[in-house]
Amino acid sequence: MFNEPHPDEVRIISKRFGLPNSASIDTYLAHEGYVALMKAIEMSPEQIIDELKLSNLRGRGGAGFPTGLKWSFIPRDNPKPKYVVVNADESEPGTCKDRLLIQNDPHQLIEGCIIAARTIGCKKGYIYIRGEYRYLIDIMDKALAEAYAHGYLGKNIKGSGLDFDLYTHTGAGAYECGEESALLESLEGKRGVPRIRPPFPAVSGLYASPTVLNNVETFCTVPAVLRMGGQAYADIGTPKNGGTRMLCVSGHVNRPGVYEVPLGFPMQKMIYETCGGILNGKKLKGVIPGGSSSPVLKADECDFPMDYDNYARMKTMAGSGGMMVMDEDTDIVKVALRTMRFYAHESCGWCIPCREGTSWLRKILTRMDEGTGRRADIDLIHELAKNMLGRTFCPLGDAAAMPTIGFIEKFREEFEARLRETTMLATTPDQLISIN
Amino acid sequence: MSTPVTAPPTIINFTVDGRQLSAPPGTLLIDACKRSGIEIPAFCYYEGYSLQAACRMCLVEVEKMPKLQTACTLPVMEGMIVRSETEQIAKARKGTLEFLLTNHPLDCPVCDKGGECELQDMVFRYGAGESRFTEMKNHAPERQWSPVVFYDPARCILCYRCVRACNEGMGVGALGVTNRGVLSEIAPNKEDHLDCDECGACIDICPVGALTSNIYRYKTRPWEMQHVATVCTHCSNGCKTTLGVRNDEIIRGNNRDRGGINGEFLCVKGRYGFDFTASEERLTTPMIRIDGKLEAVSWSKALGFVAEKFKSVQADGGKFGVIADTRLTNEELFYLQKFTRAGLKTSNLDHAASGDLITLLDALSGQTDALATTDDLYKTKAALVIGSDLSQQHPLLAFQLRAGVRHNKTRIYTVTPGPVREAKYSATSVTVPLGEEYDALAKLTDRLKAEKELVILFGDSIKGQRVRDLVAWAATLGIPVKYVCLVDDSNSRGALDMGCLPNLLPGFQVDPHPGLSQAGMLAAEDLDVLWIVGANPLRHAPLASRKAFVVAHTMFLDETAARADVLFPSASAYEKSGTLTNVTGQVQRLKAAIKTMGAKADLEIIGLIAKEMGLAPTLGPWTHDIVFKEIHSGVHGYNVPLPVLLTGGAALTSPVNGPVKVNVLVDEIRSAGDTLFTSGSLGRHSKLLTSVPEFPGALYQR
Repeated sequence: MFNEPHPDEVRIISKRFGLPNSASIDTYLAHEGYVALMKAIEMSPEQIIDELKLSNLRGRGGAGFPTGLKWSFIPRDNPKPKYVVVNADESEPGTCKDRLLIQNDPHQLIEGCIIAARTIGCKKGYIYIRGEYRYLIDIMDKALAEAYAHGYLGKNIKGSGLDFDLYTHTGAGAYECGEESALLESLEGKRGVPRIRPPFPAVSGLYASPTVLNNVETFCTVPAVLRMGGQAYADIGTPKNGGTRMLCVSGHVNRPGVYEVPLGFPMQKMIYETCGGILNGKKLKGVIPGGSSSPVLKADECDFPMDYDNYARMKTMAGSGGMMVMDEDTDIVKVALRTMRFYAHESCGWCIPCREGTSWLRKILTRMDEGTGRRADIDLIHELAKNMLGRTFCPLGDAAAMPTIGFIEKFREEFEARLRETTMLATTPDQLISIN
Repeated sequence: MSTPVTAPPTIINFTVDGRQLSAPPGTLLIDACKRSGIEIPAFCYYEGYSLQAACRMCLVEVEKMPKLQTACTLPVMEGMIVRSETEQIAKARKGTLEFLLTNHPLDCPVCDKGGECELQDMVFRYGAGESRFTEMKNHAPERQWSPVVFYDPARCILCYRCVRACNEGMGVGALGVTNRGVLSEIAPNKEDHLDCDECGACIDICPVGALTSNIYRYKTRPWEMQHVATVCTHCSNGCKTTLGVRNDEIIRGNNRDRGGINGEFLCVKGRYGFDFTASEERLTTPMIRIDGKLEAVSWSKALGFVAEKFKSVQADGGKFGVIADTRLTNEELFYLQKFTRAGLKTSNLDHAASGDLITLLDALSGQTDALATTDDLYKTKAALVIGSDLSQQHPLLAFQLRAGVRHNKTRIYTVTPGPVREAKYSATSVTVPLGEEYDALAKLTDRLKAEKELVILFGDSIKGQRVRDLVAWAATLGIPVKYVCLVDDSNSRGALDMGCLPNLLPGFQVDPHPGLSQAGMLAAEDLDVLWIVGANPLRHAPLASRKAFVVAHTMFLDETAARADVLFPSASAYEKSGTLTNVTGQVQRLKAAIKTMGAKADLEIIGLIAKEMGLAPTLGPWTHDIVFKEIHSGVHGYNVPLPVLLTGGAALTSPVNGPVKVNVLVDEIRSAGDTLFTSGSLGRHSKLLTSVPEFPGALYQR
């Protein structure tokens, strides 16, 4: 899954990957482990937040919200208990970085959580781990036990007077529970459907209390920021896009894997140098740059520095860092269908446009792929996706609509070609009429 | 110079569709618009229940917000400029409807909801009539969840109204959601069946035909019914119910106009318990016992026979006893007491007493504003329930308290001899052995002193001296206290107000010549005539007098009928007009919904007996409106505003505020202990009520 360190990489949060026993506390302590925590204990919450703001660290889960700002929203005079929640429900197709971070360096995540707890004055935290990551829970639980044994968790952490307990909790197999408010519902033991926002978790999160909720990678970056200093971390990336990101490159490249590169790293270089180019010397057709929710980029659009702002300029998004590279032989209709099957399966069903829209689109795309598509279907797919976009309760609907709109707009000719092929294949009229 | 303090604004000004509107801070845009006559469509939004924002129909344009916003979650903001009907919005709504219709079966011609379906109305308004959906619809078979409730998942649009009505409104929480995505369905708490009140709130609140009731489904088209707004006959809470009638048959009960004291609340009895009216066992002809056997006779023969008997007993100076049903109208009760006192010249008149209101009035003498209304129960900051399983016996009062808990953070205290539903959301609940409720109150004194106000609801365990003790104890709390004396039946309160008592005249005026109480009459061996107007007293106690001539008005051949010499088939509350006074003293209009062949309203039967006896000139006419006029002008506290009554509202009566110096027969005060699923004789003849499993609260397993 991850390769030998590549010279293009800047390994900050993955620097301990590959060390012997990298998940153990001993290895961690031998490699600057819990140094940032000791620093944080000496700092005031404001100083920690200032350092984070200085670092330009932005949320690594998908939305890219500035982390320092998010933490500063916690009302510290609120008498309710405060919570730290880690979103380790990594389910975005094409994404596999959180898994490596937990597997190889769980203490880095724990340290990030304790620093968050220190910052907001919180006594309890939860790591919500994707249910399918069964084995990671054992790794995490072992690391937690070590941290307790070494006095980094529990009462009076390292004599600082700080109390903090951290627990793991497993999801039950719903993509939707990666959406922060649905995750909180699920963590509270309820059905995993999203909540109405505002209020946002910073004000009313877990058990209606102020909650810091971040992605695994974001928490893992926090110790590095404090160790290096915010400015030094920010200097690594491009302006307003501090530091490094874990990019999960999959698809038709010679060296797929998870790479930690500075923000603003050129996409061309990523594909053709770092990942060794397209498999079998084929040509590039397109890239899904940030997990299956992000709109596809055509080959000629794949030359830009990969930071949040440039993704936005390209009308796509950095997302979760799941970069899927497709060669010239990739069947876009099949990609669109596979994507929609995922969203139709994962739609929680709460709101009408997402529930009915994803299912309908799946049916049309299935038909199209099976050879009973109709000319009007292409515009219909496009219009239905537009009808969903911006009108659903939570971002899942947008996540299904955006890539679909992208596929139609950028690869319309492939859908039309499919129609031509299959219409010729259809020999009887009823083959042209869908049955499902 | 002091810094000016900016007070939070008391009114928010904003613009919708070019109209300047204003609303208090915190008002949701959808509500603010509704109040100004701008309708924003919604399926999932429902006033009073939690917000869902799931149907996405209420999307509106708000200036400076890039995306369409849901009006159901957006509080009004100063200077906000909203557009509620634009091309973009219409397109979004049409798109959402098109999505909805993909899997919704278009079986409107056979769907019970057809004609009053919110989805139909919405499609009518926004289009999407032509579908581009050519795929196979998802389908799931219909399910029966209980004797009452059917669920058709295919029709369900997942607005979650039913889930909230059950959980938040009823406090039952019998419904949830199962599966996900397009396969999501509403599911009962016991997987395949419901463990609930069977109140049908879920069915009534369903905007489409997904939830249907066993009683109404496939019976009629909604437009073929006439709708009669009247009052439920089953308990003392006096819920307004709108009966759907076709060809003199009641087909449906709900509260369509939501205009009554109960809003749209109804319990299983109010919504479905009307079917006793159509029971095959209804008595449809007068009967006279001839040689020990009841024989059907004509009305004229029966009336003449009774009148002759009454006259001869009166001439011989014989002893009469009259027992009034607590489900009679005020007019019937008033006319009956007049008949008894002025016609039969006796005060041997009583009804089945179920609460000690008389002592309460005496103890509260001089205090104003001390009796709570149903509205007070919703608005109060705190309520104390003593010795009653409110959710079982007084479902509307329990509903009001629950709504108060949700909206006004009402704190509830309970002191009961067993577990009650209110304990789930009460601030403090105390369980004590039956009869020791009063002694446990001391435990709550300190906590209640910290409250701002209190409504005390007490059942039959607090009576006589205990009522005085309670009032004295409440006075030590130092906060305003209001009371509800819980009584059983739809007009138990009216029976008290109309003087169907041996020692009190109408309006709680002391009768100078008191007569026998109900127990006294049943025990009097020398009783010559016992006239039982509707009640079934012989179910609980035998009649001592062997010679007594027993006349009974009844719907069914019950225990009392078995001893009767003459039976008159009486009309049910759904077959007559008049007024009823509920447990909190609110008087409402009863309207005849149907006619049942053979039966007559008790008022008419009483009047006809009076006529036969030649008493008509003394007693006056016996039409309900004329008798009501007499009550309105003559009975203390009943000079209520008539427009309120005439428009289907509830007018608050005010019973006497002064000493009521009579000897209350405390031992005769006893609640019949009906539960949510029982209703005396009426309940026994309701097929629906006898078909639902009964889960009586621990209180009534005695």
